[in-house]
Amino acid sequence: MTAPPVDAAPGGQARSAPLIGRDAEPTIFEMSVPGRRAWSFPRTELPEWSAEELVPGAYLRPELLDLPEVSERDLVGHMTRLTHRQYSVDLGAYPLGSCTMKYNPKACDEAAGLPGLAGIHPSAPASLTQGWLELLWRLGDILCEITGMSAVTLQPPAGAAGELTGLLLMRAWHQAQGQGHRHKVLIPDSAHGTNPASVTLSGYDTVTIPTDHRGLLDMAALADRLDGAVAGIMLTNPNTLGLFEEDIVQIAQAVHRAGGLVYYDGANLNAILGVTRPGDMGFDIVHLNLHKTFAVPHGGGGPGAGPVAVSPRLAEFLPGPIPTRMDGGGFDWVTPPRSIGRVHSWHGNALALARAYTYILLNGGDGLRRVAEGAVLNARWLRQRLEGTYDSPFERPNLHEFVVSTATLKRKRGLRALDVAKRLLEEGFHAPTVYFPLIVAEALMIEPTETESPQTLEALASALLRIAKEDGEEAGKAPRTTPVGRVDEARAARRLIPTWDARERPIS
Amino acid sequence: MGHYVPHTDDELATMLATLGLTSLDELFDCIPAALRLAGGLELADGLSEPDTLAAVAELAGRNHGGLVCFAGAGAYDHGVPAAARALPFRSEFVTAYTPYQPEVAQGVLQALFEYQTMVARLAGLPIANASLYDGAAATVEAVNLASAATGRDTVWVSGGLHPHWRAALATFAAGSGHELVDIALRDGRTGWPEAGSGEKGVPGALVVASPNYLGCLEDLPAARSAADANGARLVVAADPVSAGLLRSPGSQGADVVVGEGQPFGTPLSFGGPYLGLFACRAEHVRRLPGRLVGETVDVEGRRAYVTTLRAREQDIRREKASSNVCTNQTLIAVCCMVQLAWLGTSGLRELALRCARGTRYAREALLAIPGVEPLVDAPVLREFAVRLPVDPVTVIERMAEEGFLAGVPVGLTDGVACDEGDGRNGLLVAVTERRTRAQIDAYAAALEKVMV
Repeated sequence: MTAPPVDAAPGGQARSAPLIGRDAEPTIFEMSVPGRRAWSFPRTELPEWSAEELVPGAYLRPELLDLPEVSERDLVGHMTRLTHRQYSVDLGAYPLGSCTMKYNPKACDEAAGLPGLAGIHPSAPASLTQGWLELLWRLGDILCEITGMSAVTLQPPAGAAGELTGLLLMRAWHQAQGQGHRHKVLIPDSAHGTNPASVTLSGYDTVTIPTDHRGLLDMAALADRLDGAVAGIMLTNPNTLGLFEEDIVQIAQAVHRAGGLVYYDGANLNAILGVTRPGDMGFDIVHLNLHKTFAVPHGGGGPGAGPVAVSPRLAEFLPGPIPTRMDGGGFDWVTPPRSIGRVHSWHGNALALARAYTYILLNGGDGLRRVAEGAVLNARWLRQRLEGTYDSPFERPNLHEFVVSTATLKRKRGLRALDVAKRLLEEGFHAPTVYFPLIVAEALMIEPTETESPQTLEALASALLRIAKEDGEEAGKAPRTTPVGRVDEARAARRLIPTWDARERPIS
Repeated sequence: MGHYVPHTDDELATMLATLGLTSLDELFDCIPAALRLAGGLELADGLSEPDTLAAVAELAGRNHGGLVCFAGAGAYDHGVPAAARALPFRSEFVTAYTPYQPEVAQGVLQALFEYQTMVARLAGLPIANASLYDGAAATVEAVNLASAATGRDTVWVSGGLHPHWRAALATFAAGSGHELVDIALRDGRTGWPEAGSGEKGVPGALVVASPNYLGCLEDLPAARSAADANGARLVVAADPVSAGLLRSPGSQGADVVVGEGQPFGTPLSFGGPYLGLFACRAEHVRRLPGRLVGETVDVEGRRAYVTTLRAREQDIRREKASSNVCTNQTLIAVCCMVQLAWLGTSGLRELALRCARGTRYAREALLAIPGVEPLVDAPVLREFAVRLPVDPVTVIERMAEEGFLAGVPVGLTDGVACDEGDGRNGLLVAVTERRTRAQIDAYAAALEKVMV
């Protein structure tokens, strides 16, 4: 069956999005007119001391700091026109593999905007912030239940920060066991780049484990590399190919036998919500990407939130302070006895945490399971629609995402993964992740998420199938309907212009 | 409940049939049966939207909002104009991913390019990145850069650095191997060791905050001299609001300038998401952490923007990357950019001036209270530390009943600022442009009352 289950217009395709004009938007600096202003400040009745009366002259800047001088109307016009040059989940489907670009419920925005949350100073004592502490404590408790772990820090502000926090926990634990000499962390060759980068920052060395013909971790290679110098292994499960590491229990046991810890990269947790838990698989440390799984919007690149949950034996090392329920029912901040220390200026990205908490309340345990089911169903269905047209490098059934390749299409007609990605933009969809994972040539990594309807999936499938019939030369001209065409990335690096002020003299 | 999975029961059945499956459970047959949760998660069932929002509002209602805020310590109660509240929260900015496809991400890319320009100007340096997590993270990254540039692990850290940022440096030093050496404050400002004394090792980096945690303006030329005497790089943690009045750190010799961008366009938010500002000299651009947006052209020669020098980043360079940062704080950077454009040249100066006026007025009002003394005596701009005759923790709780968030307890142990009591009863007080004369007068009167 190739038709969508029900014939209706796709709600997640953005081909109708209007884009007025084809000119570049001037920078805010070009709109500046000396003396124009948007600002106003409250009346305070304070003495109007001059700068010279307030600050010793040696500290005062000799000239004013140059910022754009614009009216509020022009500023609003500028920013609004910029939004018209920007794709987003709210505009259409965003099947960007590994990024879980699901719809972000508006109720979560509203919750995060509550003055009782957004207006609270982070240093205010616990007695004045019981609502915040309880919210964070509840969220931590829920995340432990979802992951099967026993304690959590909410401080890490992003996934990579969570990884580094988790690795420093690994390090502290080994040192406490008299195993400070261990220095190797095993990472599959399909892993996200943040994993090895975090390993380096933790002072450990990366050892790569290959992927086998199944698309899973090569068990023989693992056995070969396990020795007394191994501090642990970092895994994503399902892995970045969207495949469940079915040997996970044996992997965890083998690493534990060798004295190592097992780290779970939560990038792909959306696939298994309410179905299985990292803690039950044998993981010791788990980081979560609340901006993926729990619908915190990505904000054009951030902010996110990357809590780290651990098994009981690691709890005493967690960063602190941690919101804790005290005897008597009140909440207070408690720092674990052997804490590795702070990893954030304050309590983590608190409003992002509040959004995730709201999302979890909305869904509940029953709804989170439906999220995983919808995510896997959509990915499985879309993959089947593309079968026979795009190469499928691995045969196993995928979970929430899958990887296909244009290797055959490239050989036949010169159609590269990049061309498919750029053509898809013209079709009113964001592109999939391309050229990742690195172990698949001409990879397209597709994650439709659970929030796209069957009609949107069918429109996406139709577009991908149509594009696959094109030749590389023609597709290479795409995108032609976007605010700009393909950009000259080499020039950007060669003549570096990172600011408006560098235009006259690019940095080389 | 799963409100956001759109499939009807008929659609689910049809899609499953297409896959040759008869139930949703079969989707997970690739997961070993022993690992599958039998009874599901032990979580309550989902709630309706109104019930959910009521539950969150109930928690929010248990926080003491609405206090007149004199607390700072890196988180300031500045006004956020309607434009800065509205514009960055348009869907297109909020629900976009990292701009990996520049043809459909010119909005975010151009906003970041404009943000980078403004941050570079604030710092007085040519390069600024597209944001880091917060002030602490930016400081950690700056130390990593400076240490890599000099090949030396010893870091001199001014006792005036925010204690939480100092704590984060210590946490991450466990991995990087950096050796942190505290340099004590003398009379509120960093007392750098004499050149050639060798008493504190040979640093690769010096870290100093100005204004520092106690609000005092540091002697940056002296910090530069201390760095030069050791062949070290100078990292300055600067308050971006002060930039409206003060000489830029870059013009005074900073190699890297970091800061907390929260004062521009971000509410107090219980500490996050905030914004790590990061700027550096051009020679360090290839060690720059995080994303960098550059101007270029598209195939038709039109101006366009793209993330550039990507070979530094983790997804390309993996274990050899300059940093592991991927997700950053882009949306908060857009808030910052909008607020700075709203302020403009004259508004930024006016903002800093108004903070300084309120600070002078409040400091004089507090020091007029019997028993209240200055904690240190160096010049301040928009925050100051006083010594109370009683425990500041108790004072803050009592002042809440009077309608004020009185400040942040501050200690000074061996010349290093800390947030725990050292017996000196320090209170750190910040005054933003929002505080009126009437509020400050009432605050001083209440303080005198609760200390009796």
